[in-house]
Order: sequence, then structure tokens, then C-alpha cells
Amino acid sequence: METRHKILLVDDDPDLLEMYREILSQLPSRPEVHTASSGARAMAVLESGAFRLLISDLKMPKMDGLQLLSVVRRKHPELRTVVLTSVADEQFRSRVYALGVDLFWQKPANEHEIKMFRDCIESLLDRNDLAGFRGVQSKSLVDIIQLECITHSSSILRITNGALSGKIWIDSGELVDAETDDTRGEDAFLRILAWKAGSFETMPGEASRARTIFKSYNALLLETAQALDEAASGAVSTNARPATSGVAAAVQVDGVEFVLSLKVGEPGKFEARGLENPDRLEGWTRQCLERFRALGERLQAGPFEQIEALGPQRHVAVAQSADTALCVGWRPALTGEEVRERMKKVVTLWAS
Amino acid sequence: MGLLNFFAKPAQPPPGLPSGCFTVDRTGRVVIGTVPSSFPAATITDIARHVLDTFREAQAAQLPLAELVVHFGSLKITAREQRGGALVFLAPRTLTSSAK
Repeated sequence: METRHKILLVDDDPDLLEMYREILSQLPSRPEVHTASSGARAMAVLESGAFRLLISDLKMPKMDGLQLLSVVRRKHPELRTVVLTSVADEQFRSRVYALGVDLFWQKPANEHEIKMFRDCIESLLDRNDLAGFRGVQSKSLVDIIQLECITHSSSILRITNGALSGKIWIDSGELVDAETDDTRGEDAFLRILAWKAGSFETMPGEASRARTIFKSYNALLLETAQALDEAASGAVSTNARPATSGVAAAVQVDGVEFVLSLKVGEPGKFEARGLENPDRLEGWTRQCLERFRALGERLQAGPFEQIEALGPQRHVAVAQSADTALCVGWRPALTGEEVRERMKKVVTLWAS
Repeated sequence: MGLLNFFAKPAQPPPGLPSGCFTVDRTGRVVIGTVPSSFPAATITDIARHVLDTFREAQAAQLPLAELVVHFGSLKITAREQRGGALVFLAPRTLTSSAK
């Protein structure tokens, strides 16, 4: 008989519990999803059966998520644990990983993030007990890559940074391939390592992966460190790959979910990061620009500066400089004023 | 020279920028507004049409929007989506307001 994995969801908000129960029940492995509205209740439920995964909120009355996780890690060391929180605080993230928690997730805010969350949970449920790097998640991504290479392991590191995600393939201790958005190989590897924050997980290796990286991991890590140092000190990098792309720089701004850069008057010519289907947004951006530029000329309202479009799922801002337009997606938690101010920063970064 | 000046057209005063707000329904009809009647109604209808089209096309691009703010050098247009229609604010920008 096929065994279904059991997941325990812990959150003091009954509406969120119901929503995540619905999302997780539809995973391909069809797990049994149980819920608990408090830490104490969660402990009691965990005693009643063998659970595969615990997903807990951090902010809860009486016993908070950190307390619950520290107890669970002692009493149920085999249990996989995920923190799902709206607290975007690096200190919390560090404390959570220091407890040996497998994943730290900010509550998904849009459809794309929900999909990534579902994929991560499915991968965590499927993962072989002996595989992965449980217990060393407090290490940096560079540490993990070195560890994988030194031990001649074969694995795929999946790294998530907000709306961005990337993968690094390691085969028998050698870097084989990397992929993120629209880039592959060494460029993708350098871009992933340039991300300042994010979470990662280890998945089983893929022996048949075509090789695109031919440098040693040491050489590449050194190159990355050098490029990041140069970027931090403001020096002009001779190895400009991670730093020179304006779009790549724009993606690093806090709150950015995606960036779409397009050539004005040349439909179909664009560069996108963090967008799955950029075509529709490209069309909307072009129409917006043409429409409002023409309106501004007709009204003699001065030069077109910027559009901020605020929505329940995400905000978008559109600006233009010379023959290039930029459409940037922002987290919906930001206010219109914050979007306006941060967009100025993005435009500056992008132009420079 | 004086004769030539006599036939010359008087210099056109620069057209004023619209100021005020108006509500437009989903068909593009301006329902009510506070924009001075001296401002051409056709231009108001034009602004309304651009705003509604932008909301509709965003929806079609799977980007539902609640508010749209368009900044020009000397005018700010703010539009709030209202069940297919919109409430539109037109605010000429002064030195003090544009500094914000």
C-alpha cells in the first residue's frame, strides 16, 4: 500500500491554516495535512503519529515558533522542519537555521512564490533521508559548495532569493552546470553567488547533466569573491560579469520581484529577470509608455517621468531613459511612496 | 514694421494644466467631476480612456491593478480603479509638490 507523507502545519491564524492546508493537499505526492493552532497542540499531535514534515509560523502566542522548533529538534530529530513566516529579519533567519531547520520561507505573496513554495515542500518530502545537508544549513552557500566538492558528492543545490531561483549541479565533486533565469554556466554560477540573501536546499544529483562549467570550483569561487570585493569597493571590475548588467544590479534592490528592460520602438527586444512570461508584460509596458507619452505631449505637461501601478498581487513601476524602458515589479507590501523612491534607485543603478 | 505687427497674431497664452478630479464609468463616460469647464471636455474624455485602457490591459496581462500614478514634469495623474470605472485626480505639480 502506498504510504502518504504526513505534514503538520502550525499557525495561530485559522484562515492561513486552511489556505496552506489547501495548497499542500494538492502536492503531487498527496500528503496528509494536519493542522494545529498552537505550539502545545502541535506537540500533542506529533506524539500521535509519524510525521514527515513540520511547517511552523514564528509569531504565535504562548509557545512561539522558535520554542516549538527547539523542542521538536530534540524530541523528533528525524522530523523535517520548515519555518513559514511573515517576519523578514536576518536575525530570525540565522537563529532558525542555527536550530537545524531545513527551510526558512517568507509567506508567499503571489502565485509564483506559492508555486516555488510547493516545489520546495514536495522536494523536501521526497528527499532521501540519507541525502542532503541537514544540520549544516547555518553554513553559507560557499561553504556548502566547498563541502560538496571536497567530499566528491553529486548533488543539485537549489537556491531561492525572493522571486529569483537558481540551481547548481555538482557531479562527483566537480561543478558541472548552473542555471538561473535566462543564463547558464559560469555566468549563472557567478550571478547566484552574488545574491546577498536567500535560502538553499540540496537535492539528489543528476549524472546526465550536460557540462557547461569547465573551471575548478576553487577558481570560480575565487573569481566570485574578487568580483564581489570589487563591486563593494566601487572599483571597476575587469571581470564584469556579475556587476555590469544594469538589470542584474536592479534585481538586487530590496523589494524588487522582477525587472524587464526593453528597447523602445523595437518590439520583442527585451531582457527579463524573475519573470516567467515576460511577453505580456512587455506589451503592456510598451502600450503604457506610448499612450502616456502622447498624452503628456498633448497636455503639454512636461516630460514623462514615471508610472507607478499598484495592485493587490504586486506593484509595478515603469520609467524610461534614452531608448530603453524599464518595468520593475515590486513586493505588494510596499507603499506607493516606497515604490516611487526605490524606483529612483533602480533607475540610477540601471543607468550606471 | 508697425503695420506688420498689426496683422501678426496675438501670442497664445500657454494652455493651463487641468486640475481637479472626475469619475468615469466602465464605458468611458465622465459621470461627475470638478475639473473647470474651461478645460476641453474632449481632453478629459481622452485622459479617462487612457486610464481605463491601461487598467484593462493590465488585467489582461494578469496584473490586476487598483491604482495608477503617472508623473509628468508638471502634472501628476492618479487613478483609482472602481469596478471597471475609475476615479481620476489631476494635480499640476508646483515646485513644492514636485520636491516631495
